[in-house]
Amino acid sequence: MTTPSRARDADARVSTEQFEKALHSLAEEHHASTALCFKEWTLEAPREAQISLLRALRDNRTFQFDQLMDLCGVDYAEHAIADKDPQRRFAVVYHLLSVRQNRRLRVVVYVDEARPVIPSVASLWASANWYEREAFDLFGILFEGHPDLRRLLTDYGFVGHPFRKDFPLSGHVEMRFDEEKGRVVYEPVSIDPRVTVPRVVRREIRE
Amino acid sequence: MTEIRNYTMNFGPQHPAAHGVLRLVMEMDGEVVERIDPHIGLLHRATEKLAESKPYNHSIGYMDRLDYVSMMCNEHAYVLAIEKLLGVTPPLRAQYIRVMFSEITRIRNHLLWIAAHGLDIGAMAVFLYAFREREDLCDVYEATSGARLHAAYFRPGGVYRDLPEQMPQYSPSRVHSEKDVRAKNMNREGSVLDFIQSFVDRFPSCVDEYENLLTDNRIWKQRTVDIGVVSPERALQLGFTGPMLRGSGIEWDLRRKQPYEVYPELRFDIPVGVTGDCYDRYLVRVEEMRQSNEIIRQCVSWLQANPGPVMLDDHKLTPPARTEMKDDMESLIHHFKLFTEGYSTPPGQVYQAVEAPKGEFGIYIVSDGANKPYRLKIRAPGFAHLASLDEMARGHMLADVVAIIGTQDIVFGEIDR
Repeated sequence: MTTPSRARDADARVSTEQFEKALHSLAEEHHASTALCFKEWTLEAPREAQISLLRALRDNRTFQFDQLMDLCGVDYAEHAIADKDPQRRFAVVYHLLSVRQNRRLRVVVYVDEARPVIPSVASLWASANWYEREAFDLFGILFEGHPDLRRLLTDYGFVGHPFRKDFPLSGHVEMRFDEEKGRVVYEPVSIDPRVTVPRVVRREIRE
Repeated sequence: MTEIRNYTMNFGPQHPAAHGVLRLVMEMDGEVVERIDPHIGLLHRATEKLAESKPYNHSIGYMDRLDYVSMMCNEHAYVLAIEKLLGVTPPLRAQYIRVMFSEITRIRNHLLWIAAHGLDIGAMAVFLYAFREREDLCDVYEATSGARLHAAYFRPGGVYRDLPEQMPQYSPSRVHSEKDVRAKNMNREGSVLDFIQSFVDRFPSCVDEYENLLTDNRIWKQRTVDIGVVSPERALQLGFTGPMLRGSGIEWDLRRKQPYEVYPELRFDIPVGVTGDCYDRYLVRVEEMRQSNEIIRQCVSWLQANPGPVMLDDHKLTPPARTEMKDDMESLIHHFKLFTEGYSTPPGQVYQAVEAPKGEFGIYIVSDGANKPYRLKIRAPGFAHLASLDEMARGHMLADVVAIIGTQDIVFGEIDR
């Protein structure tokens, strides 16, 4: 495992200007785009550049993002992002934290609906192992090169990916104990999904 | 020579040391663990998906039920994330109240942890001591929010209501005589703040009692020293946060490094471990209880001196007072719109983390400008910790697995979500 050496602790903290400059040049190098939103930096990277970009963010002395805080999938099926570009049905979002530089960064990589495959980062950060299993389980995003890509949170023998927007909130099956058969049986759900509070977008806040 | 066979052993999901519904499939070589495969998700309720179908405020109650032993810290992260999206800052008094309750929650969490961890590895008495103090903090929760566990007290824009002027008192009954009750009500004569003050004065000596029971206890040391050692490099790789990271010697605390609310105003120290074993993490957590106690003390003295509003006056975001609503048409409309539709947030994405008792508890919200989050992701500290169980427990004895689960401070509400 390649872990940055402890000797780097002595490194001085990189100033914000230097960090932003390095971030922009790194993004340019990998054909990624940068955005500052709510005082948080986001990098949107193309899938081809994902691994080399994340490796640079981890190993480069200006960044030193030695912790992967979070990795999650997002389904943009009902969002304007996917409307504009159907290639962007899913996104994998990495939240990085640098303990030495005291900075955070979000990296977003979009994934195609037809072929939701993305390289695994479990070799870069050990913590990615379970996060990727979770994203696979809930969204059906496949992580290439993952050591053990199994379902994590859903039931044994579960069918479907429950956090996709086209998966109903009430699910497809319900289970109960059948007295006659003497075992647990699965049946189609008997409840209809309903919306208690409708979704509202207020224009005046939007602008 | 007798032949030793490797075998696979099932642990849980119904096991008192599994801290809920953990199922482990362990490959054993005699009594030594070769590999652990944790099966989680038995408590998966799809909180994140549920939140997508509800207005923002409806999900505050779900936050309590994630890490159900540190309720208000979860609310804190969620509420701060919404406030970041909306670009609002709650009144200063509300911030102090929130910080005070976050620290009360931290003590509550660590008390339950020390009790359960002690029980797991054979120290029965600590449980009884820790629950004595925890009871008082439950009473503080109840007096302030109306619920002993699932408070739903923090709201975007402040807290639900100000601290009550009166602390509820015991009344005599068949089992409690007048004399007993008088003794029990001794520190309940004044306001809730007075009660917290009396707790804060008493609590350090209580921590001394737990330490008397454990810190130099030979059996305790045999069970925890050099068990589950994690090097600082591996702790970072595995995504550790909170006491698990600090136990490995990395000084990292979001309250200090990326401060939120009024933490910059408060004095406290960050305890750090040396070897990164279960014993160091125990020491770190015990010291955190003492530090939290000092933070609460500072908050109490500030709150006693500075009355003021505890909720923003923006009725697009916070409900108007009940009395106002009865004779003011506009307030009635605001009330109606807020409770039937909620508020819309600007489109964008935010990640807000707080230093929860178990580590970094983060909320990631993707908003598309609606009154419901488009996607809510909960970053639970325990998830990353449990993922490392296999690595931490490899080569240890079966009994040490229980010690490692205990030191990770596992709660399934947040891991399964």
